[in-house]
Amino acid sequence: MELFINLAINGIAMGMLIFLIASGLTLIFGLMSVLNFAHGGLFAWGAYSGVFFYVLLDNFWLGLLGAIVTGLLLGWLTELLIVRPVYGNHIRQILITLGFMLVLTEMLKVVFGPNIINAPTPEMFQGSWMIGDITIIKYRAFIIAVGLILFIVMYSVLKYSKIGLIVRAGVMNKDMIQALGVNIKLVFVLVFMVGSALAALGGALFAPSSGAIYAEMGLEFGIFAFIVVIIGGMGSIPGSLLAALLVGLANTFTAYYMPILSMVVTMIIMLIVLIFRPQGLFNISGVSNK
Amino acid sequence: MTQPLLRVEKANTYIEQFHILQNINFEVQKGELTLLLGRNGAGKTTTLRTIMGLNPATSGHVFIKGEDITSTPTYKIAKKGIGYVPEDQGIFYELTVGENMRVAMMHEDDATKERLEWSLELFPDLKKFWKKPGGQLSGGQKQMLSIARAFVNETDLLLIDEPSKGLAPVVVEKVIEAVEKIKDHTTVVLVEQNFYMANRLGDRFYILDDGLSVHDGYMKELNENEELKRKYLGIG
Ligand SMILES: Nc1ncnc2c1ncn2[C@@H]1O[C@H](COP(=O)(O)OP(=O)(O)OP(=O)(O)O)[C@@H](O)[C@H]1O
Ligand SMILES: [Mg+2]
Repeated sequence: MELFINLAINGIAMGMLIFLIASGLTLIFGLMSVLNFAHGGLFAWGAYSGVFFYVLLDNFWLGLLGAIVTGLLLGWLTELLIVRPVYGNHIRQILITLGFMLVLTEMLKVVFGPNIINAPTPEMFQGSWMIGDITIIKYRAFIIAVGLILFIVMYSVLKYSKIGLIVRAGVMNKDMIQALGVNIKLVFVLVFMVGSALAALGGALFAPSSGAIYAEMGLEFGIFAFIVVIIGGMGSIPGSLLAALLVGLANTFTAYYMPILSMVVTMIIMLIVLIFRPQGLFNISGVSNK
Repeated sequence: MTQPLLRVEKANTYIEQFHILQNINFEVQKGELTLLLGRNGAGKTTTLRTIMGLNPATSGHVFIKGEDITSTPTYKIAKKGIGYVPEDQGIFYELTVGENMRVAMMHEDDATKERLEWSLELFPDLKKFWKKPGGQLSGGQKQMLSIARAFVNETDLLLIDEPSKGLAPVVVEKVIEAVEKIKDHTTVVLVEQNFYMANRLGDRFYILDDGLSVHDGYMKELNENEELKRKYLGIG
């Protein structure tokens, strides 16, 4: 039983990390229908800049802040230079964002060097709590808390705030939302920046839990994020959370009980979901998978 | 003559490589309801989209209250007090009726709330289905929502594109009554193929044909001119 609970907690923490990476993509891909393969690059840049500012300023929180600012800036540049000319054209989006992804990855090596970098865990989150036979690693508990808070904030903003309504309406009918007096281009830039900042924050939070970061991590985890958004249902925040937890738990449990399966379990989940629910688990935003 | 509220001057509009509007001239006086008539494909919708900046004119001008808005972005044109009810109604299907209204409100002040109350009295169905997704409304209700939504902000000019399209005669009657009331508060440009409706509401008319403005005048003249009606509107 203790083993089961321990595995479950680990799985949830892993799921939350995946959710953090995927949440930004839920906005960019799920809501705005931009196939942004550079998203993983933002994640890697977030990890590097998080560690960089953490070490430089000797403050974990300022490290997170540095990652968020880096994400906002890179997101702004990405939208302006890379994505804006290719809105509505998926093929071009794939080509140009994949290219940009490689640029982002190589730039990391230029700026921070080609070697793996150690990512320290802040002192306050080192070690673990013991409750009976159950071990709770502090940093994992922290990740779970951050993930939950971000989920609640994002969900409420999209569901209840006017800006959430505007984004959803703008995706459904861009002409009409402008005819109602909304500068939708500006709104889309902001959404893109927030989505990128979320990816960067995800990277910065991920770094201490893995202990080491490397430039190619963006390529690996970017794909993960896409899978989660597809399983969850385009543009659905609850869908992304559920899908991320599912993937996290499945990975943790299979890694323990059936290590061979753990390599492919994410793909198997995606296959099963797409066969029985091609629109994903949730599809509240109403954006179809076109 | 006083300065018209809206003036379209020698406007040329292209959609991709097609030259759709050719030197269109068009004037709207404050307080009047101006009809835009013409056969299918004549360019009525394109004219409204050109005014809204959704298909901006590549040459010529569009003036609102004397100000040139030819290449002003759509959202700024909307903010100048121009409401738009598109041919397909432009309802955000996944948003509820209430959310469709809220997303349209540029301000949430008392005047806006008053106009909202007024629209809900005009269209009680909207109140009744306030929490229903827009996509689940009937054709007539969608039309009402689209009109109410365009009118919820302070509106000097309302552009309405074929509101009777696909509606049963009883519903058309309701829409006519609603536009009659709205007319008292704002200037309207109405695209309409239903001559009964056009005749009930119009003060002045313009006829478009093949992207050209071919005729204009007061409604009375059109009523008496059987040849015009036959030639361009296919009636009589
Ligand atoms: N997206 C487009 N691409 C190419 N041609 C178009 C496009 N939209 C409209 N047109 C053409 O422009 C011309 C004018 O179209 P428009 O929709 O303005 O006509 P309309 O008078 O509103 O017609 P209807 O009464 O059928 O609504 C038509 O010949 C139409 O085929
Ligand atoms: Mg039309």
